[in-house]
Amino acid sequence: MPGVEPLPKTTARPSIVAWLGIPFVLAMRIVDYPMRALQRALGEQRMAYVFLLPNLIFFSLFVFAPIVINVIFSVTGGPALFPSERPFVGAGQYAYLFDCGSYLDPSTCREDHFWRGVANTFRFTASQVVAMVLLSLLTAVVLNMKIRGRGFFRAVYFFPVLLSPVVVALIWKWILQRDGLLNAGIIGLGGERILFLVEPGWAMFWAVFVSIWAHMGFYTLILLAGLQAIPSDIYEAAEMDATPRWRVFLRLTLPLLWPNLIVVIVLALIRGVQTFDEVFVLTGGGPGTATLMIVQYIYETAFSNQVQNFGLAAAASVVLGVVLCLLTGLQLALSRRKAA
Amino acid sequence: MKTTRLLLGSGLLALCLGASQAQAQTTLRMTWYSDGNEGEVMTDLLRRFEEKNKDIKVVLDQVPFKAINENLPVQLASNQGPDIARVGDLGGIAKYMLDLRPHLQNPAYFEASYGPFLSWMRVPGDTSSIPGYMTQLTVTGPFVNKTLFEQAGIAMPGPKATWEDWAKATKEVAAKVQAPFPIAVDRSGHRFFGIAIGQGAKVLNDKDEPAVIDDGFKRAAQLVYDWHKAGVMSKELWGAVSGTAYRGANDEFKNAQVVMYMSGSWQIGQFDKTIGSAFDWVAVPTPCGPANCSGMPGGAALVGIKTTQHPKEVARVIEYLASEDVAAEFYQRSLFVPGHLGIAKKGLDYKDASPLGKAALKVFSDQVNLLAPAANRLQGYVNNRVIFNATISRLGQAITGESTLDEAYKRIASDVDQQIAERNKK
Repeated sequence: MPGVEPLPKTTARPSIVAWLGIPFVLAMRIVDYPMRALQRALGEQRMAYVFLLPNLIFFSLFVFAPIVINVIFSVTGGPALFPSERPFVGAGQYAYLFDCGSYLDPSTCREDHFWRGVANTFRFTASQVVAMVLLSLLTAVVLNMKIRGRGFFRAVYFFPVLLSPVVVALIWKWILQRDGLLNAGIIGLGGERILFLVEPGWAMFWAVFVSIWAHMGFYTLILLAGLQAIPSDIYEAAEMDATPRWRVFLRLTLPLLWPNLIVVIVLALIRGVQTFDEVFVLTGGGPGTATLMIVQYIYETAFSNQVQNFGLAAAASVVLGVVLCLLTGLQLALSRRKAA
Repeated sequence: MKTTRLLLGSGLLALCLGASQAQAQTTLRMTWYSDGNEGEVMTDLLRRFEEKNKDIKVVLDQVPFKAINENLPVQLASNQGPDIARVGDLGGIAKYMLDLRPHLQNPAYFEASYGPFLSWMRVPGDTSSIPGYMTQLTVTGPFVNKTLFEQAGIAMPGPKATWEDWAKATKEVAAKVQAPFPIAVDRSGHRFFGIAIGQGAKVLNDKDEPAVIDDGFKRAAQLVYDWHKAGVMSKELWGAVSGTAYRGANDEFKNAQVVMYMSGSWQIGQFDKTIGSAFDWVAVPTPCGPANCSGMPGGAALVGIKTTQHPKEVARVIEYLASEDVAAEFYQRSLFVPGHLGIAKKGLDYKDASPLGKAALKVFSDQVNLLAPAANRLQGYVNNRVIFNATISRLGQAITGESTLDEAYKRIASDVDQQIAERNKK
């Protein structure tokens, strides 16, 4: 071709990467022919389903089928494990769960532990979400400033997220128990020993506190990412106008951070409703039933009793599932509204 | 060349023989839990069994006690259980147990040696099956930190002392030596009934149906409730967790924080090993109530599982382990009260136990003869864990102030009725 200089001839051998690529190329060639044939037969539009099929099979087996089985269990009774051996009881398990004099007073309910679990989960979630969002926001704002050791502090706040919930609960149990670190400090300062995990008020406070300590780093990270995505020229313009900092925060930062805040609120809400492992290890649901959460109720009803009441536990988990679906729907609605 | 061929040939032959032998070997899985060192003892006994029976290999799967009560029943219900299991809830899983009689060489030996306890392993109506043998007979009863009494300069109550006597004495001791727990009782329905039977609780009516709430039960519940109010018992055990969760005070007792610990004979092995010479501990006879001085019997059994593919081999393993010499060695090395009538009659020399451990074993062995009929009936009742669980769950709520004792009684009765009705749904 005129004007184009030919490439110099090379005598170098193909690299190891090229050799390793050969089997991959061959495998692709082998897959290529049947896929082309399939595309000709089905058409381009329907090929998407072929690619989705493996995932759909796994989803059906490990998510959809268990949901269906759970619903079947919730309308059956008895101690048998196989659905075919369980007698049909219709809405009997749901009727038993919802048989209450007043839903605001669990002691008037036939299955009072379920309603105590609902009330505790509500209290736990409400207080945890409010505190979690405020603290995460505050931490994210501070970590977004140009402070010394910023990288170190970001790692420190994120570190508990990497720990297993059981480990977190055990660490705090050692701190909070009768002869734990906290009581040693209080006694060392001349105070009286406090049985933190035996007094109902304290037990709930620490359940919320430990949960916030363990998960705050994750939510802080989401908010920090949101803060860093806000263009700096907006702040520069505000600075030139001599806008007070609190006003900048309320009128600029918060509205621009709103999509991230929605994600944080809804994720914290869903996680709060699902809480089990940390609280179970930390307080065992006690004292009494002061920190008994709905998931612990489901677990104990299904597995801890001599008569393992799978039907009642399944009904309670269907109720929980409906609540979680509503919360997820709320998240979607809020996100779409904001996007619109 | 010839030598090489010969070597290769014989190597191949040995390989084939080895492979055929390996193919003929039956592998059995045994699910096991331990309170003390009995897992090590069982491993040793199984190794000796396998040396004598090359065609059987037993894999010992050691799991926590919680897994035996919560996971094993689900495994068994889904036909995925082991071949052999050590279980504590005998009545609860009786329906999954294998009747070993057709495969045993000498079923009469089992009847003669373990007879009274076999009924605990049978479903209602069954009077003859032999599902296994008792690896341990347990009796509830208290351990006392004698050193704390000596330090406080207070005399220990005598053998026929009542619970009230002990509560008064332990509270005084705890106050003098600054011990946080005058009396600790395991958070367990079984242990509660170790007190309640002495107070006159009958638990079952003449038709063997639950009639849990009676005057004896109420007396015991009131006692435990009042102890919490008076500081004799700390809320850290019964009040600290919810529902049916078990909580023991072994660690607190070992750390000399408990004056009197109501638990049972299965603790002797670990106390003997871990307390050592740190302080003097003694087992004392179960304190008396107005009805009697009985504790609660209990125990664990090693049983065959119905779904096994190798019932003959399962029977051979159990027959070996249940034989008098082997069982005696197991009880002796594990520091257990024997669940074998012949061995119990002859008595065991617990060579590995310290003088304190030996004395404790003697006290608990003597307690077996004092068990009230109501205690034995409750232990043999198929739904006993339903009653135990309802009791601790609801009493725990009353102790923390979530309900009154009267409300707890109503809830216990309704919980028991509801769960038994659920079990009977077909």
